[in-house]
Amino acid sequence: MADKPRIDEPTGTPTVGHEWDGIEELDTPMPRWWLYTLYATIAFSLIYTILYPAWPLLNSATSGLLGWTARGDYERSVAAEEQRNAPVRAALSRIPIERLAESSALMQSAIEGGRAAFKVQCVQCHGSGAVGGKGYPNLNDDDWLWGGNIKDIHQTLAEGIRQPGNDNTRTSIMPAFGRDGILNADQIDDVVSYVRVIAKQERPNASARRGTQLYADNCAACHGAAGEGNRTFGAPRLNDAIWLYGGDREALTETVTNARRGMMPAWGPRLDPVTVKMLAAYVHSLGGGEAYIPEAPAAAAATPDGSR
Amino acid sequence: MDLAKARISDEPQLFEARRKIFPKAIDGNYRRLKWAAMLVTLTIYYVTPWLRWDRGAYAPHQAVLIDLPHRRFYMFAIEIWPHEFYYVAGLLIMAGVGLFLITSAVGRAWCGYACPQTVWTDLFLHVERAIDGDRNAQIKLQRAPWGPVKIAKRLAKHLIWLVIAAATGGAWIFYFADAPTLARQFVEGIAPYQAYLTVGILTATTYTMGGILREQVCIYMCPWPRIQGAMLDEKSLMVTYKYWRGEPRTHGIKRAAEAAFQPLQGDKGAAPQHGLEALVALAADPKLASRVGDCIDCNACVSVCPTGIDIRNGPQIGCITCGLCIDACDEVMDRLDRPRRLIGYSTVADELIAAEGGTPESPAARLLRPRTIAYFLLWAGIGSGLLFSLGSRSRLDVSVRQERNPLYVQLSDGTIRNSYTINIRNMEGRPRTVTLAVDGLPGARMWDEGGSRESAGGTLAIPTPPDQVARKRVYVATSQAGPQRQPMRFVVTARDAEATSDREQSFFERPGETR
Repeated sequence: MADKPRIDEPTGTPTVGHEWDGIEELDTPMPRWWLYTLYATIAFSLIYTILYPAWPLLNSATSGLLGWTARGDYERSVAAEEQRNAPVRAALSRIPIERLAESSALMQSAIEGGRAAFKVQCVQCHGSGAVGGKGYPNLNDDDWLWGGNIKDIHQTLAEGIRQPGNDNTRTSIMPAFGRDGILNADQIDDVVSYVRVIAKQERPNASARRGTQLYADNCAACHGAAGEGNRTFGAPRLNDAIWLYGGDREALTETVTNARRGMMPAWGPRLDPVTVKMLAAYVHSLGGGEAYIPEAPAAAAATPDGSR
Repeated sequence: MDLAKARISDEPQLFEARRKIFPKAIDGNYRRLKWAAMLVTLTIYYVTPWLRWDRGAYAPHQAVLIDLPHRRFYMFAIEIWPHEFYYVAGLLIMAGVGLFLITSAVGRAWCGYACPQTVWTDLFLHVERAIDGDRNAQIKLQRAPWGPVKIAKRLAKHLIWLVIAAATGGAWIFYFADAPTLARQFVEGIAPYQAYLTVGILTATTYTMGGILREQVCIYMCPWPRIQGAMLDEKSLMVTYKYWRGEPRTHGIKRAAEAAFQPLQGDKGAAPQHGLEALVALAADPKLASRVGDCIDCNACVSVCPTGIDIRNGPQIGCITCGLCIDACDEVMDRLDRPRRLIGYSTVADELIAAEGGTPESPAARLLRPRTIAYFLLWAGIGSGLLFSLGSRSRLDVSVRQERNPLYVQLSDGTIRNSYTINIRNMEGRPRTVTLAVDGLPGARMWDEGGSRESAGGTLAIPTPPDQVARKRVYVATSQAGPQRQPMRFVVTARDAEATSDREQSFFERPGETR
């Protein structure tokens, strides 16, 4: 082990002075421009820390000569995006909701806008895929409590369901047949049997036969003689495969005994009109949306205007 | 100088100033080969973006175009979409294997002739010579104090370099946009800022690398010399100094020779002979010829070298095998009436044989060895695979993304609905209408966002715009009876004479047994 650097004969370069089993290492000097690139990076970093926020202080940091902030950057990009969207939003605010389908480009913009708004406002109850859950309707299917054309959906969204203090809200009250003593436990059992039979979940049986008359007396007014439901009262269809609170005996018994009165916020006062329209378009696009058929003029005048 | 002192002192020098290299002009076979290579490579580089190619009404008419905003790559009759990027990967692999092949067969030919660093450095060197003169004039000018002439020459040189650099960067941008349009926009000052930025950056790098850093790029920055060190073997062609012929050099015994040949030394009246002429005269003497090698130590090989190395020290990382030292040495050998190629393209194996007095292998036998054949087969295999796949690829493609949230939706009559996002790539320059059908799901009905279940049928007609992707969200509904996860396929068929077709595997999901 030689500690003294020596000059390597063939290359004329000094060695580092160490030797391992006869192997030595050349101490080739680095090119000087390499050193200059180091100085250049140091100069760059100094200039950078002067121009941009850099040095931490006690409660904040130096703000930099350029005054750049990430927050300001964000606000600028949001403003730019809003400006970019402005024509679409203006067009959406002009067009009545039921005529939105006439312009497929506008419809597509509304759907995409609704998709984003849904993720913020609606997923808490209806889920990110709009499949809902017990008590929260699945918005993908073709079963609608209050109507599935885009105008009905828009009104549901804008005015909500069973919202106190809102005259236009959709509302109806199912009696609590058991709790209020209208039907006794056996009668409720028979009505449940009947409902499960018309929903084709049970074969006809004695209990269901006993429930037939009870259904006709107590339920058919809203739910229809054959269980086809009634959208005017938000009375669900009973003869289909979709259950909002479950179709097993236990869930149905609970429903008939204590009734269900689901609520949904009115979004009209909370969101801007264009966003509500976008949400209506998005929900309508999920696969169950129904075509809007214009009502007779007299009837249309009587209905509260959903387009706000 | 300082450097020399530093090298013999014990004090290690941490950083070394660049030793300026003033390569001497030379003419010869390899110099002419370099001219040809420069002409070809620069022509390809500057002319390619301006070639036109008719692609019909829906695609650009530039023969070679990298259309980044639209994610398309056009190369004459070939159009590559982003999902076909494996063609580019394949080309890069071919380039890599091709470099291995070239390296094991003819050494660092890439470095010496075709590498952009070599080509542009060469170009810059010629500019330098045109303004400053050849090697000696350049050295003289370098040492001269600053004055009007030196300032003017330096200004002119750097200005011309900058113009060449700007032209280099300028040509690059035309590969990425319609060349005539961009050229007009560029001059009018309305081109996208990226164009100016790219030209600026490439001007800076070309000027720095070609004008200032030059051989430093090859020696310090480029990984290729290191890789090639491992790729070369004893049968690879390299620029080789034939030590067995050249040694001992005349220079080493000059003093002895001077003592032996009094007429040279003694004739004080004659003009003293210097440098090369003296050495030529000395070495040509037949009495001396038997005792010395062919190398007269004239340093011609060193003075022409663009990386400033001495090839007589054997193979080294700084040698880019440009062959200019061969030209220089041949010239000297001609003047000495000695055989050419004291420095020449040769292999280590051949030189070992030649040193013993044997006959080297024939070039064909040297080229056709297992290693080069293996590289060639690999290279050709990848190439023909790519060509075959290019020739047989379909220009209509369907891909399906099944909606996962929710997987299925139960409808009021009990049927199950799944939804899918269908992407149909129409990769031809004409609009086509395709039929989308479901295979393997009997009784399935299909509709899109605009349609409804009532109007649904077994198939959907989808118009696809030319050279674009048509995206469609479709709903498929069928009965609840069936497996929980049923394999099925989407089939698209073009509604035209060719009836091009493509299919994609997917699944239909149903709720499980439990509800």
